[in-house]
Amino acid sequence: MSKALIDLVKKQFGAAVLESHSLFGDDTLVVEASAWRDVSGFLRDDPACQMDMLTDLTAVDYPEREPRFEIVAHFYSLSKGHRLRLKTRTGDEEGDDAEVDSLCEFWASANWMEREIFDMFGVTFKNHPDLRRILLYPEFEGHPLRKDYPADKIQPLIAYRDVPNIEKIAPFSVDEGMSFGRQTHTQPRHDTDDSSVN
Amino acid sequence: MEALDQELDEAELEMPTEPMLLNVGPAHPAMHGTVRCVMELSGEIIEHVDVQVGYLHRGFEKMCERGTWTQVFPYVDRCNYVSPMLNNVGFALACEKMLGVTVPERCQWYRMILGELARMSDHLTCDGAMAMELGAFTPFLWMIKAREMIWDLMEEETGARLTHSFGRVGGMASPPTENLKENARAVTKHILSVIEEVEKLLLGNRIFLDRLEGVGIITQADAISLGWTGPCLRATGVPYDVRKASPYLKYDEVEFEVPVGSASDCFDRFMVRLAEMRQSAHIIEQCCQRMADSGPVNVTDPRIILPPKEEVYSTIEGTIQHFKIVMEGLKLPAGEVYSYSEGGNGELGFYLVSDGSGTPYRVRIRPPCFLITAGLERVITGAMMADVVPSFGSLNMIGGECDR
Repeated sequence: MSKALIDLVKKQFGAAVLESHSLFGDDTLVVEASAWRDVSGFLRDDPACQMDMLTDLTAVDYPEREPRFEIVAHFYSLSKGHRLRLKTRTGDEEGDDAEVDSLCEFWASANWMEREIFDMFGVTFKNHPDLRRILLYPEFEGHPLRKDYPADKIQPLIAYRDVPNIEKIAPFSVDEGMSFGRQTHTQPRHDTDDSSVN
Repeated sequence: MEALDQELDEAELEMPTEPMLLNVGPAHPAMHGTVRCVMELSGEIIEHVDVQVGYLHRGFEKMCERGTWTQVFPYVDRCNYVSPMLNNVGFALACEKMLGVTVPERCQWYRMILGELARMSDHLTCDGAMAMELGAFTPFLWMIKAREMIWDLMEEETGARLTHSFGRVGGMASPPTENLKENARAVTKHILSVIEEVEKLLLGNRIFLDRLEGVGIITQADAISLGWTGPCLRATGVPYDVRKASPYLKYDEVEFEVPVGSASDCFDRFMVRLAEMRQSAHIIEQCCQRMADSGPVNVTDPRIILPPKEEVYSTIEGTIQHFKIVMEGLKLPAGEVYSYSEGGNGELGFYLVSDGSGTPYRVRIRPPCFLITAGLERVITGAMMADVVPSFGSLNMIGGECDR
């Protein structure tokens, strides 16, 4: 149904559209990071699109790719009843310079969801009114949903009490819960010699 | 000695004022234990507010990337812990959308019955807590007692009152019990009578009405822009319900209405929830009539569903099947999917990315609460301090889902 939508955006922003597909019934467009704001604004304002709701905004980390992060938005039109997924890619290998335009001017829901992406992935949003951590505390170091953030790392706000003969263990060991299917999380891990976090 | 009641010059009484900074929460009962509001007050009027969430953040999405797809079910239970069955079914539907399988009809009806009961428990909790926070303790006790009946039924069906982990990709953990229909009818009948009594008790109560009517208003445009869904959006008059807009399971085959409000204040949100419970009871009755008493519940694909235990211990095929699913996990085709269903608070979405292995590459839950809580700032800015309690209560913030 929203095949027509994809064609419409392609006609409008031909050069900026990197790819499009309809997997499992979800129509998807991937655009250049530079066109992120313009395409989103077009989707909201164009009478044929009328995407009045930004239902979801999130990111996915692909450390082996360049650009590294995929920003994923899901739009829904209450009046037309159609949906579209819009994606863009940003960030270099180290995850620095990951920046896209903020969508806060179009949808108020973008505010908190962009803060969450900033918190979890370290992607910054240009022109965001209030970009700070939302789920984690300000002292937190790193961005936990990046694939290279070790799942067993702990950063207590207050150091654990030093009780002799009691060994503190992290909530997860390195491979705990991992299935045989994939072992891609075995990147070199940070040394946890730091006495405040043992 | 000078007279104490002498006439004072009015100008001398004018004291310099400065805005007062007030911290509410996170350990404040009205904030449900997990949200902190930093408010700048001028008198009793809230000038600015900073809503801070995250006190219940447990790294849900990171944890999901470490197990198999089936091992995600216990985690989604703990997202919305008032209606975990809806989360279970929502996640199962997302995986099934990726696999391209549809569960047997009996299972679809079963999921609907349990899902609607969970929705009722969600709304009972919210409306009950709202009444309690405004001083009406009796309706709260009645509603929690009614909710307890739902949880008893859930315990009968799943073995657990609260965190059932009952959904499975391609079916349910076990078939419905023999007494399901009888129990479900008894529970809904009791809940309907509780709703009636609660209405009698509250809707003629001047104090209750005064504290809800015209309080916590948000415009329709704001609610849409904030991404509100569920009862909070419907209270503004938008009849958006995923069950109607894009029916899943058998929702296109049952009759029900989508109650909407008009004033979009706390009272409308309260009333929309009450009306929705009646609709849920109506849906449950229809499901009970149409659900077959026997028949398969799970799909038969051996790559998706665990074999019966007898086969695991007696045949080599069963053993291999069991081993493959438990150790490697069931494999979802590589790709991405966004699947959505109507949770207790609105559109509950799952954005899944699979790399074709047995472990999820990314599980993103779209929590309706998170976006609704994001709107709290707009709802209470400019309101009186005392209006925070009913406004926050009517949004039904569930900590586990908001902070994940």
